[in-house]
Amino acid sequence: MGGLTEEDVVEAVKKTLPEGVTIGVIGPRRITARSTRSVLFKLCEHLKNQLGFEHVSCVSGVDRLDHMEVVYHISSYANQCVIEITVDIPNDNPEVDSIAPLWGGANWHEREACELFGIRFRNHPKMERLLLPSDFTYYPFRKEIKLRGR
Amino acid sequence: MDLYQFTEGIVTWLVNIVNWVLNWIGLHGLANWLGGADVVKFLTLLGESVVLLLIGFIVAITMIWQERKTLGRLMDRRGAMVVGPAGYFQNIADGLKTLLKEYIVPDKADRTVYDWAPVIMIGSSILLLVAIPLSDRFYMSNLDAGLLFIFAVFSITPFAILLGGWASNNKYTLIGGMRSAAQLISYEIPLLLSLVGVVLLAGSLNIADIVNAQSDSTWFIIPQFIGFIVFMITIVAEVERIPFDLPEAEAELVEGWWTEYGGMRFGLLMLAEYFRGYAGAAVAVLLFFGGWNGPFLPAEIWFMLKVFIVFFVFIWLRGSLTRVRIDQVLNIGWKRLLPLAMVNLVIAVAVKTLGWF
Amino acid sequence: MWINMGPQHPMTHGLWNLRVKVDGETIVDAEPVIGYLHRGWEKLTENRVYPQIIPMSDRLCYGSSMTWSHLYCLTIENLMGVQVPERAEYIRVIVLELQRIASHLMWLAAYGTDLGLLTAFVYCMRERELFLDLLQGVTGARMTYNYPRIGGVRNDLPPDFERDCLRVLDYFEKKIDEYEEIFDGSDIFLMRTQDVGILKPSDGVNLGVTGPALRGSDVKIDLRKHDPYSVYDELDWSICTHPDCDCYARYRVRMDEMRMSCHIVREAFKKLPPGPFRVKAPRNGPRKTAFARVEDPRGEALMYVVGDGTDRPYRLKVRSPIFVIVSAVPVMLRGYKVADVPSIMGSVDMCLGETDR
Repeated sequence: MGGLTEEDVVEAVKKTLPEGVTIGVIGPRRITARSTRSVLFKLCEHLKNQLGFEHVSCVSGVDRLDHMEVVYHISSYANQCVIEITVDIPNDNPEVDSIAPLWGGANWHEREACELFGIRFRNHPKMERLLLPSDFTYYPFRKEIKLRGR
Repeated sequence: MDLYQFTEGIVTWLVNIVNWVLNWIGLHGLANWLGGADVVKFLTLLGESVVLLLIGFIVAITMIWQERKTLGRLMDRRGAMVVGPAGYFQNIADGLKTLLKEYIVPDKADRTVYDWAPVIMIGSSILLLVAIPLSDRFYMSNLDAGLLFIFAVFSITPFAILLGGWASNNKYTLIGGMRSAAQLISYEIPLLLSLVGVVLLAGSLNIADIVNAQSDSTWFIIPQFIGFIVFMITIVAEVERIPFDLPEAEAELVEGWWTEYGGMRFGLLMLAEYFRGYAGAAVAVLLFFGGWNGPFLPAEIWFMLKVFIVFFVFIWLRGSLTRVRIDQVLNIGWKRLLPLAMVNLVIAVAVKTLGWF
Repeated sequence: MWINMGPQHPMTHGLWNLRVKVDGETIVDAEPVIGYLHRGWEKLTENRVYPQIIPMSDRLCYGSSMTWSHLYCLTIENLMGVQVPERAEYIRVIVLELQRIASHLMWLAAYGTDLGLLTAFVYCMRERELFLDLLQGVTGARMTYNYPRIGGVRNDLPPDFERDCLRVLDYFEKKIDEYEEIFDGSDIFLMRTQDVGILKPSDGVNLGVTGPALRGSDVKIDLRKHDPYSVYDELDWSICTHPDCDCYARYRVRMDEMRMSCHIVREAFKKLPPGPFRVKAPRNGPRKTAFARVEDPRGEALMYVVGDGTDRPYRLKVRSPIFVIVSAVPVMLRGYKVADVPSIMGSVDMCLGETDR
């Protein structure tokens, strides 16, 4: 199918956003990127509007003990590739821009990350509880909450 | 000898025995009163209604059995098999089970209306049994407007359904009740129009006259074929079977307007549905298939056989079609069946004026 | 007024609540409420060794469990850099496509029941038994198979499996014709599913809808062709789409996919090479991240793993297709009637296990 190759995408992103984003191709149809919080929304806008990434596959949170990460998997049907963007978030201010205004598919994923990890998403249309009951008082997926066993 | 004379004979025999005992005791006044013509007549009518009720129950139970077995075979399974010969007594077992269940009445339900709505529905369904004759000797009342009476009683049902749906204090039953009432009321008009053709050809509303007219000429299904099709579709809608059972659609409304009724009330409502199914099939047989006429067997047996065959068609429809959505149901009723019924009426008038019947 | 459809409801496949705001019979807004089945799957995996998670991944979606354990093994193989032998890849493809047919058959059975066609349930389950018997011969279980392993599959195919499987496929392809007669040949079914639940392609792609729901909106995307995993790029098959964007299109896409799966299984059997069916995988996962995507019968499923050098995953994230489609359901429901809800929700093919995890 037509579309850009992975190297074209990497070049285009590096040209538009020279700082705040480190990006590279790690295999056929796979691109990895690390981004800072401030540049994330611009990066996503560029991916959606110019480079043809129409579909958000997944938005997950990871608790790395000294900081948290939000990992986005955005895929492109036109270019047949997937980009994995990792964003670092400090523990004392876990906020990041929401990409739900761009892609409706990210809406529920961000709600789930918020209630399980405590990561706040700015400008999210409906930040409510999704999976947990309404009287839950802590963030269960953080590493400080330990289940039984090792 | 028809049913009245037969029952009268039995009642007179019983009254004679009781009178002999009373006379032997010494209560002559009571014995004279009991032997009087009025009391005997009243007891005869009571006996007749008991007989008809029994027949109605047995037919309904046989119909439920027939439905379970036929539906099972359509679905590549056996149906009820264990209780009784070929599972015949399964329904009695189910009926007993329903008797033992607990009544759960919703807290905020309007108690009086809640209690009376199923009574109206069940009562009117059993009332239908009075006007349906099994043969020219086996009937309880030979009303001159028998057909009209049957369908007047059919029409009491939307009233009971609306009351029941409202009184249960439940959003779902309210929606179910409204849908049901809309469906039943809007399907009565094509139903009655399809009957008018038959009445025209036979020349009277009396059921015995209609059946005798068919034995003189031919079964009315042949000149009134469109009327027959309209009648079958509307009677399936009136009895609320699939494909027209959206009011009780399990998939969304969890049993519709009778969700909140438990125990024997629910059991009697189900039975009332089968009484109405029997009445619908019986009217189809009487009007279109020649009633009780047939070569070798006694008239009652022929009638029952034909009723079960017509009911088999109803079951067949149930096993193979999906439900129709409520606005599509009303669409079909008003936009398609009503013009067809009109066309049928024109055909009936034409056939009658041409003198063929 | 807001109506709650659920959490206890005969129609909703699984335990969730659909709140619809109705204005008469028309739906103005809808809001799905999930979370009743949330088991904290992702947190539980952080305490378990990599091979111990395989049976857990089966229980993510019990309707098509082979896909999820295969997805998990694929993710861990990507993480550890394990190269699966070719025979194992072909066996995986065969078993996955048989699972796809079984999952679609269960969907069809539930869809028929939602619409009132009870016969479809029994017929589809009857055919599904054949496929479950085949899978039981290979894996030993009927529902949660625990069959793929990190590095291959658990055991080789049993003797005569190819003969049995091809026999079942020959019989089944005639049966698909029978289903099409029952469903496509019924005007009532077409009335209930055509022009109902329309999802525009641009909406679908933006809201993250994938799988048969997206292919029913004429978007030719299938992960087995666009992001090939296993040996799907060596087999010769084509993507099934349908131009109407309604429930009927989604139904048609799944029927075509069943036929295509039969074709893929036949192709795979022709190319099945001899060889080992499993290689040894290392115990500890490296300190990196990896993910894998597959085409589940319901859409795109993705798993993302973070390894930390030990024998347990640090974080395992599951992206389930139905989680996203359920969030897009209000778009499909607005403007239609309450009676369309079973039609639309049935065409989405919900499975709660993977939504709530």
